[in-house]
Amino acid sequence: MFNPTSHPWVGDETLAKHLKRRGVSRRDFLEWCGSMGAVLGLSQSLLPKIAQQLAALRRPSVIWLQLQECTGCVESVLRTAEPTIGDLVLDLVSLDYQHTLMAGAGTAVEKALADSMAANKGKYVLIVTGSVPLSDGGIYCTIGGRTAKEIVEEAARDAAAVIAVGACAHWGSVQAARPNPTGAVGINKVITDKPVVNIAGCPPIGDVVTATIVHFLTFGRLPAMDSEGRPLFAYGKRIHDQCPRRAHFDAGQYVEIFDDEAARKGWCLYKVGCKGPATFSPCPIFLWNTRTSWPIGAGHPCIGCTEPFFWDTMTPFYGRLPNVAGFGIESKVDLIGASLAIGATAGVAAHALATGLYQLRRNRAAAAPDTAAAAPPPVVATTKSED
Amino acid sequence: MAATRVVVDPITRIEGHLRIEAQADQGRITNAWATSTQFRGIEIIMQGRDPRDAWAFTQRICGVCTVVHAVASCRAVEDALGIQIPPNANLIRNLVHGMQFVQDHVIHFYHLHALDWVDVTSALKADPAATARLAASLSPWPNNSATWFREVKERVAKFVASGQLGIFTNGYWGHPAYKLPPEANLMAVAHYLEALDWQRDVIRLHTIFGGKNPHPNFLVGGMASAINLDGTATINAERLTDIRDMITRAQRFVEQVYFPDLIAIASFYKDWAAIGGGVKNYLAVGEFPEGNVNEYDKLYLPRGIILDRDLSTVHPFDPAKIKEFITSSWYEYEQGDTTGLHPYEGETKPKYDGPPTPWKYLQDERKYSWLKSPRYDDLPMEVGPLARMLVAYASGHEEARALIGDVLGKLNVGPAALYSTLGRTAARGIETVLLARRMNTWYDAFVNRIKSGDTQTFTKDKWEPESWPAQAQGYGYLDAPRGALGHWVQIENGHISRYQCVVPSTWNAGPRDPQGIAGPYEAALTDNHPLVDPERPIEILRTIHSFDPCMACGVHVLDASGRLVTEVKVQ
Repeated sequence: MFNPTSHPWVGDETLAKHLKRRGVSRRDFLEWCGSMGAVLGLSQSLLPKIAQQLAALRRPSVIWLQLQECTGCVESVLRTAEPTIGDLVLDLVSLDYQHTLMAGAGTAVEKALADSMAANKGKYVLIVTGSVPLSDGGIYCTIGGRTAKEIVEEAARDAAAVIAVGACAHWGSVQAARPNPTGAVGINKVITDKPVVNIAGCPPIGDVVTATIVHFLTFGRLPAMDSEGRPLFAYGKRIHDQCPRRAHFDAGQYVEIFDDEAARKGWCLYKVGCKGPATFSPCPIFLWNTRTSWPIGAGHPCIGCTEPFFWDTMTPFYGRLPNVAGFGIESKVDLIGASLAIGATAGVAAHALATGLYQLRRNRAAAAPDTAAAAPPPVVATTKSED
Repeated sequence: MAATRVVVDPITRIEGHLRIEAQADQGRITNAWATSTQFRGIEIIMQGRDPRDAWAFTQRICGVCTVVHAVASCRAVEDALGIQIPPNANLIRNLVHGMQFVQDHVIHFYHLHALDWVDVTSALKADPAATARLAASLSPWPNNSATWFREVKERVAKFVASGQLGIFTNGYWGHPAYKLPPEANLMAVAHYLEALDWQRDVIRLHTIFGGKNPHPNFLVGGMASAINLDGTATINAERLTDIRDMITRAQRFVEQVYFPDLIAIASFYKDWAAIGGGVKNYLAVGEFPEGNVNEYDKLYLPRGIILDRDLSTVHPFDPAKIKEFITSSWYEYEQGDTTGLHPYEGETKPKYDGPPTPWKYLQDERKYSWLKSPRYDDLPMEVGPLARMLVAYASGHEEARALIGDVLGKLNVGPAALYSTLGRTAARGIETVLLARRMNTWYDAFVNRIKSGDTQTFTKDKWEPESWPAQAQGYGYLDAPRGALGHWVQIENGHISRYQCVVPSTWNAGPRDPQGIAGPYEAALTDNHPLVDPERPIEILRTIHSFDPCMACGVHVLDASGRLVTEVKVQ
C-alpha cells in the first residue's frame, strides 16, 4: 500500500482507463465507490459524482512527513483493507516523499521533497505522522539537520490540505503524556493558518486514512469534523453505542476479572476498565486488519486511544470509568463521551461533575487551546477495578 | 588526497530517524559516526503509573516491532510481582511474537533492504519467460509464471514512463554496485509486490489475539483473549482454523519466496561476505520460552555471548554486567561523562550541547547522538539475528546448525562469511525459516492443551494492587527481531518508581564509549568498506540496513530523580 508500483499508473492515464487496463470492471468500481461512500456516510445520490470525479483524476502528489513518532501509523496504513481496490485508490496519489519506503536517502530524498513542493505548489496533500517537539529549540527531532518544526512549517505553507495521521500528529500522544519531557505537540499547534484534519488513534485504522484522502480528492475539501478535527464519518459515534457487547452492559452482565466465566461468554468489559463509553472511534464498525477483529472483540477493554490526552485521562487503563450510568440513564454516558471528545484539560474523574460544567469547560478549552499542550493534565485516578 | 566528508541524513527505509556521517578516501570509508536524531523520553513518562499499564506505554516506543516492548514489559512486571502466567498465555505470546518476527523480517528484506541490491529499472530489460525459468529453478512457488512476471514488467515500464516516480524518485538506479541480472531484478520486484499483500494477511494473527495491529493488546498475568470453543466472541475453532492457515501461509512464503530469493540474490553479492563485519562480540538474551519464562535452558533460541568470534565457547549472559555510557551522547551524569551506569542505577538528564540547527557536520563534536552506548563487561556487542544464529550455532542448536550449513554450502563460502553485511542479512533469513516452522509446534501445543481441557489464559491472584508488596522490582528480557532487549521496572506502593529499557538499536547504533571504541554500526562501516560515489552512498545503506535499524526503540531515558535502588534481581 502506498506503493505506486503495486499497481502503477501511467502518467497520462485517467483512473477509468487505468482500472480498465487493470481488469477492474466499471461495476466493481461503482461497487467499491459505494462501499467507500458508505464508509464516508454519503447518500446514494452522491455516488455517481464520486465515481465520475475519481475516474477523471490524475495522480496528485502526496508528501508524507514522519516526525516524532514510532512508525506505527505508517504500518497501519500498510495493512489497509480491500487490497485490490484499496491499492488502486492509494495509487490515486504520487507519493513523492515517504521515509519508510523511499529508495534513495539523504540529499537525494531531500531534493525530491523540495522538487515536489515546488512543482506542486498549492496542490499537494501533506500527511504528517508524529508530533513536533517544541522544547529547547526543537532539538529533540531533526531530519537532514533541520528541526521537525521548521520542516513541517515549510511543507504546510503550500499544501492544499493537511492530514494529521495518528495521536502523535493529533495532539502529541505518548511523548506528550505527563510530564511531556520534550514539549511535544500536535501539528495544529504549529500549523495555524489552515485546517488540519485529525485521523485520531494510536494508531488509527488505515482505512480511515484512505477514506479521508478519497474525500478530499473527490469533493475538493476535507470531510466534516468534530471539535477535535476528527472526521465525523469515522469518529461521530462512541464505541459504547456501536459495541456488539452493549446488550450485556444494558443487562448488567459484566466481566469481573479477565478469563472469568463472563469473559468466556463475551460479556461487557466495562468493569475491567473499558473506555468505550468515553471514546469516539470507528473500531467496532471498520474493524482492524481487513475486518478481522478489534480490541474489545479480542477480549481487552478499549483504552480510549482516539481521545486526546488519553495517556493521562484514560489511565489507569484497568480502572473503571466513573459514573457511566447503567441501563436507562443513557444521557449521562453521552455527556462523558462528549466531554472527553473535547480534549479539555480535565481528567476522567472531573467528568463526573455536574452537567453544566461540561459546557463551561468545553468553552474554556476552546478559548485557551494552548494550555493543553503546554501542560498536560495530571493523572487522575479512576475508581479501582474492584467493587 | 584529503578524506571526503559524507553526510547521509535521513537514512530512509528504517524505523525512525538516523543520520550517518563518514569520511571516505579513495573509495573506502575511513571513519564513521551514527547519530540518532530523535528523543521522546518515554521512561520519564512511566513514573507514577500503574505497572499494569506499562506495556501499553512502552509498546508505543515502536510501532514496527509492536510486540516486543509490550511483552518485555509484561515479563518485567510479572517478574517483580511474582506472577507466573499460564502455559496457554505463554504459547499465545510465542505465536504472536513469532509472527512478529516472521512478518517483520520479510518486510525488512523486501521493502526496507531489497532496493539496496535490486535495481528496479534493470527489471525493464528482463525476459519474463527467462525470469519464470529462473524462478522455477529456485522454488516451487506457484505464482512464478511468465504471465505474472510480464504483467509486473509492464507495470514497471508504464510507471517509469509516467514520469511520476513517487518513492523511487532519485533512487541510485544504474549504480555500478548493482550486480543482479535483469531477470533476478524482475523476480525480486514481483515478490516485493506479493510480500505487500502477504504481510497484511498473516499479521491478522495479532488481531485475533490482541484485537489489532499495530499495537495489539497485552495483559500483565497472561492474555485477554479468552478461550471458549462454544463462544462467539472468543478463541474458538473458527479462530483457530484461521490462525493455523496463517501459519501455513507464512511458512510457505518464507520457504518458497523469501529464502530462495535471499540465496539467489546473495550469490551475486558474495564480495559483501567480506565487508562490514565490525564488532566481534555477539550477545543474545534468547527467546521463545517453551517452559517457564525463567527456564533459560528451554528457550527455543538460546541465550549466550560470543567473544572475539570464538565459536568454541558460549559465555553465560549476566544482566548485571550491562552498563550504559554517555561520553558521546547528549546527556549528563552526576559522576561525569566517563562513568558507566547499570540500568538500575541509571540517570538521565538530556543536555544538548551540539551546534545549532541546521547542522552541517557533527563529526567534529565530542557528543553527537541521542543514543547512549551500552556495553557488556565494558565491551561493545552486536545484537540481532546474526548474534542469535551464532549463539545457536555455537550452542549446538541442531536446526540452526543444519540451516546455516545449508546456506554456507549453497553460497560456497566458509563460516567466516557470516561476520559481514551479507552474513547479517543471511542470518535474518535463516532465523525466519526456523521460526516460521517452529510456530507449528507452538500452535499444536496450544491446541493440545485446549483439547486436554486447559483453557486458562490469565493468572488472577496478583492482579489487584492490594496483593503486591510495598516494594518490588523486576527484569523482563526478550530477544526481539532486531536483538536483545531488557526492561527493568521498580514498583513502590502500587506505582512505578523507575522504569528502564536497554534496546537492540541502542546496542547496535550507539556512539563511541569513553575509550573511543565504536559501536557495531560505526565499526561495520569502517571494516573493509567501500564507498564509490559519496553522492550516491548505496554501500552505506547496505550495511546500515543489514542491521535493520529501529531508532525510536533506541532512544530512552531513565528516572532523573536519582532515587536509590537496590541490587538487580535476576535469575
